[in-house]
Amino acid sequence: MKVELTVNGKDITAEVEDRTLLVHFLRDTADLTATNIGCDTTSCGACTVLLDGESVKSCTVLAAQADGREVTTLEGLADGSGEMHPVQRAFHTEHGLQCGYCTPGMVMAIVSLLRENPSPTEAEVRDGLEGNICRCTGYHNIVRAALTAAASSAQGAQ
Amino acid sequence: MIPPSFTYLRASSVDEALGLAAEHGEDAKYLAGGHSLLPMMKLRLAFPEVLIDLGRIAELSYIRDEGSYVAVGALTRHHDVETSALLASDIPLLAHTAGEVGDPQIRHRGTIGGSVAHGDAASDLPATLLALDASFVIRGAEGTRTVPAAAFFKGIFETAIEPGELLTEIQIPKPARPSAWSFQKFTKRKIDWAIVGVAVQGSSVALINMGLTPLRASAVESALASGASIADAAARAAEGTSAGSDIHATKAYREHLARVLVRRALEEAAARPA
Repeated sequence: MKVELTVNGKDITAEVEDRTLLVHFLRDTADLTATNIGCDTTSCGACTVLLDGESVKSCTVLAAQADGREVTTLEGLADGSGEMHPVQRAFHTEHGLQCGYCTPGMVMAIVSLLRENPSPTEAEVRDGLEGNICRCTGYHNIVRAALTAAASSAQGAQ
Repeated sequence: MIPPSFTYLRASSVDEALGLAAEHGEDAKYLAGGHSLLPMMKLRLAFPEVLIDLGRIAELSYIRDEGSYVAVGALTRHHDVETSALLASDIPLLAHTAGEVGDPQIRHRGTIGGSVAHGDAASDLPATLLALDASFVIRGAEGTRTVPAAAFFKGIFETAIEPGELLTEIQIPKPARPSAWSFQKFTKRKIDWAIVGVAVQGSSVALINMGLTPLRASAVESALASGASIADAAARAAEGTSAGSDIHATKAYREHLARVLVRRALEEAAARPA
């Protein structure tokens, strides 16, 4: 079937098998490989992307279900100037990663979380990341990165 | 993992969905959020030849105040149920339960109707809707019928929805004391399915994962009705249940959990300020 998705602001039209998962469309058709496949069973969150601005696990969404809609991956977060997105910058300053495999999904989950709740408590961040697993168990710095990003966005808005 | 091959069809209205289901018969399955069906297909536990995507049927996504009850469209996402101001004030047990399903990403996709139609005794919303005495509106070629929760859940992954029919709406009566609720779920990790769970509204008690379907804890309810204390009533939580043993817990442990969680739930519901 033919699908047309807007990925990181760019329209991509492709002929795909009906059973194509969004994560495969992003990696293999759109050639955007920041989005990782982890557990492949909707548990680990490594494949988290934004669908119309909200976090979803792209291993459990069909490309066909995203047809005509907007997808944002990690590659689409930073603006064109080379400046990192506040959440990316916070992962850098707080050392919010170890092996890095979960990082793209963590970043996208936090972007979605902060859109829904711009100044979360630490407990709300931990709750909000219940669908993302870090197998290095580096959660403390990831949570700190989310709180730092929230604080810097609040500052930026003033 | 990639699902087995299928033909993807998209319905833009309930009538179109019913027409496609009639045309393709038992080879077809409805696709809502897909968060139960797609994992089952990836694991080769389900092999539908046709998927009828309901995701674009905007007419089935709503939360409406109907006076004595709230009507929730079957395609309303968990996220929308969780964050509904109407449900937070009038049926907080339902809003809270929706927020307990899966994780934020899953709640952005999964729908209340999909969860209910899937009919898994281990999932959260069916038990809560059973405790709330909800009714389920089902449309088919012959017209529309309404089935009470007590007659809706029939067996393992089996509900009152007949082949080709479509669940369109869930009607939840507003409880007399909305604040008298509790939801208890025992899991090993936050995102896991309940090993055992309990939903309480007033003196209605429903159990998660204590049998082939969500169950009302009738022995507890009748003990409460005849004046038993919470502790004495909760001690009867496993009566009439048929919990299984698996890698997560034995039957005896599940029965123990049911008694403990029912007691905690009744205590919390009674203590919650109006």
